[in-house]
Amino acid sequence: MIQIENATKTFGQGDSAFTALRDVSVDIAANEFFTLLGPSGCGKTTLLRLIAGFEPPTKGAILLSGSDISRLPPNQRPVNTVFQNYALFPHMSVAQNIAFGLEMLGKPKAEIAKTVDEMLRLVRMEELKDRRTSEISGGQQQRVALARALAPHPQVLLLDEPLSALDLKLRKEMQIELKRLQSETGITFVFVTHDQEEALTMSDRVAVMNAGRILQVGSPRDIYERPSERFVANFIGESNFLDAERIGGDVTLAAGGSFAAAVPEGVPEGKVSVLIRPEHIRVRGGQPEAGELSAKVETVVYSGDATTLHLRLATGEVLKARMANAPDSDAAVPAEGQDAAVSIAPGAVTVLRD
Amino acid sequence: MSEATTHRPTYRPGELEAEANAADNRNRWLLSLPALVIIVCAAAGPLLVMVVYSFLTPGDYGNVKWEFSLEGWIGTLVQRDIFDDTLMWADAHLSIFWRSLSLSLITTFLTLIFGVPTAWFIATQPPSRKQFWLFLVTVPFWTNLLVRTIAIQELIRSEGVINLVLLKIGIITEPIQMMFTDFAIGFGMTYVYLPLMVLPVYAAVDKLDFRLVEAAHDLYAGRWTAFRRVILPLIKPGIIAGSILVFVPSLGAYVTPRVLGGGKNLMFGNLIELQFGAGRNWPLGAALSLMLMAAVMVSLIFYVRVTSREQADG
Amino acid sequence: MADARKGYSVRTLPGFAIVALFTLVALYAPIAILVVFSFNEGTSLAIWEGFSLRWYRQAIANEAVQDAALRSLFLALSASFVATTAATMAALATTRTRRFPGRTIIYALINQPLMVPEIVTAVALLIVFAWIKVWTGHTSMIYLIVAHTAFCIPFAYLPIRARLETMDMSLEIAARDLYASRWLTFRRVTLPLMWPGIVAGLMLAFVISLDDVVITEFVKSAGQETLPTYMLGQLRRVVTPEVNAISTAILLAGAILVSLFFRLTNRQS
Repeated sequence: MIQIENATKTFGQGDSAFTALRDVSVDIAANEFFTLLGPSGCGKTTLLRLIAGFEPPTKGAILLSGSDISRLPPNQRPVNTVFQNYALFPHMSVAQNIAFGLEMLGKPKAEIAKTVDEMLRLVRMEELKDRRTSEISGGQQQRVALARALAPHPQVLLLDEPLSALDLKLRKEMQIELKRLQSETGITFVFVTHDQEEALTMSDRVAVMNAGRILQVGSPRDIYERPSERFVANFIGESNFLDAERIGGDVTLAAGGSFAAAVPEGVPEGKVSVLIRPEHIRVRGGQPEAGELSAKVETVVYSGDATTLHLRLATGEVLKARMANAPDSDAAVPAEGQDAAVSIAPGAVTVLRD
Repeated sequence: MSEATTHRPTYRPGELEAEANAADNRNRWLLSLPALVIIVCAAAGPLLVMVVYSFLTPGDYGNVKWEFSLEGWIGTLVQRDIFDDTLMWADAHLSIFWRSLSLSLITTFLTLIFGVPTAWFIATQPPSRKQFWLFLVTVPFWTNLLVRTIAIQELIRSEGVINLVLLKIGIITEPIQMMFTDFAIGFGMTYVYLPLMVLPVYAAVDKLDFRLVEAAHDLYAGRWTAFRRVILPLIKPGIIAGSILVFVPSLGAYVTPRVLGGGKNLMFGNLIELQFGAGRNWPLGAALSLMLMAAVMVSLIFYVRVTSREQADG
Repeated sequence: MADARKGYSVRTLPGFAIVALFTLVALYAPIAILVVFSFNEGTSLAIWEGFSLRWYRQAIANEAVQDAALRSLFLALSASFVATTAATMAALATTRTRRFPGRTIIYALINQPLMVPEIVTAVALLIVFAWIKVWTGHTSMIYLIVAHTAFCIPFAYLPIRARLETMDMSLEIAARDLYASRWLTFRRVTLPLMWPGIVAGLMLAFVISLDDVVITEFVKSAGQETLPTYMLGQLRRVVTPEVNAISTAILLAGAILVSLFFRLTNRQS
């Protein structure tokens, strides 16, 4: 559907030059909910603007369904954007905003009216169609922005952190709403966010970006469970990083214990770093048995649904373990200062590329 | 999923950006063009022609002869004795320069005295009333300068309201001659340029963070000490802006001195006019104009320097 | 001033309020006296002899005044219209942009008429236009219109630019994203949003042109008096309240326009 080929984008010149994108290549499939995830300044919004045509790439090209659109101005690309600040036209009503794109495409009046009604229904804004955009709430503005961008039925919908201005409850609702709209319309969504939870909940695939590069592309499960790099693992969820020695598909932790591990391409044998998620670790009081590591409990933090333990391993490394709380689990959690036995769930160890 | 690509686009690095930038630059210049052409034809261009004219020889009945001459520039400061060609300082010109400078400075000073408290007063009003007071100061600013000068003229004439009232009360027995004096010019300029002082000072006071003044009071400063040590330095950019805004048009004033100063109390602007009227010495007039322009430019550059340094400090 | 209930206020400075009130009164008193005596029955500008519209009637009946008033109006309308159009285009070109080559030059040129004393521009125009007038033998109003347009441009430019700079650029990008061409984006989004700025610029330019006396005095050909130059000429003679009547009319027109301008620019912010 959309192919980004070796896109580089540099702003400014000389000493003040800033490279927002570095040789980024990615293919986004039709009907996909694709998310660009990364911290602010990682280049995700720049990539979106390149696809929309608001900026030309410094190097590289953008293809849509196999044809080059790098030179097309935004009004000739079958791509629409939901802006972060919504960018609703303040001098037009809700309905006029939604009709704008259709008018510009020169659609007949009757068809425009029909589509606008459809869109209003789709985003549940029928009652407010004659309101000025300044007279409706942030969440409603958000839905109007969505309807306006969907009305011309673009091949691709670009969403630039559209939920960031909403409060938590509304954001959760809109996440589900967006997912529903995407499957109902069958339009390819490219969604930009810095919120890892949002990305994992909504996406078919996620691209994790940092410092102008795409580090990893994969399903939410891949990204979370099989991160290829330390940055990805760190950015998404809580992580433990341990030193280990790899031989083939097996790693031996410096702290002891051998595990079968997932290994990304291009990692040499020998010393490696491995990731273990805190919730994949079990802890019990007492001395370790075979296959368990010995540790000392340093702190115990209760946080409602779970309890997090900080454990000091024999190597001096600190391991975080997160254990779900159950009504009777209190006795099972060792106290601070106690010795503990640590077991790691099978398949929980992932080798990182670093 | 990636579709079969029929051709791989290859762009040189920066090619697309260069195209977009070139188009953007071209559009911006094209859009600016009408304004630029008009201004070059009827403002900037003629100034350059005037530079040429300042180096020509005066014509017998005004205008110029196309012969190179430095007389225009020399004539700004010295004059030739009609009989023996000796050079001496052009006292008439020097006294006019001095009048222009001193009256402009006095005007600036007086507008400061009246303008700063006014600006302060307006800026410290509650927001609802502030707009109203500001409006009151702005209206005279945009109303006809000639009309405001006429209003002053009628006020200070020998048969004007001021003299009439003073005669009635018996303070004076003869009307005071105020018209056609330097006093009249200074008074008139202070009146017409006062809003130019109030507006920028107002803007500065309006931006003032009054917590700083409170901090000064908290640290045992009295009202005047706080004003001198805290407030004044903070609103200085506004005061400098206002001073320049008053000084520059005062220096180049033409209408007010013409109406209130009459034929004898000339200022720089009137001296220039004289060379194009009765004086019939266009090169001298051109040279004087360029001198005035240079003086104004120096003031403006000084202003830009000071304000940019203030901003850098802040 | 200081309200006892508020107690000690750091916003109060001794004497400032009195000076301010005096200044505000002084700002209006001369104008008020001028207006009052335009309704005087007698010829004096200082002794009240009863209310009358005599001087207004006389001014309206005066053909020279009629002629000058119509010319002023025509001149201000044409100059402000052309200046606002040019300034609108220039404002679109020079706002909301990275540094492009020549931006500083464009800024400097647009503001140039503000930087130079009017008398200097006036004599420079006298020189050039005198030459063109001799060369072509053409002496129509075009010289005045061009000269007025030039010095009106920076005034029209100011509020338009201010308006554009507060405008959300993403609105135009959104329009482009929604298939609007450059022209349609301008007509449907940019123009309606910048309209208050354009009207404000037009009014400002109109007032500036209507008020001008210096440049007009030097550029006009014989028989091209505007209202201000006509009045300047009259001041050399015995001044009657007729001048006050004309002045009052000009003041009124100016005050109305400035009030509208003020409302327009305040509402937008």
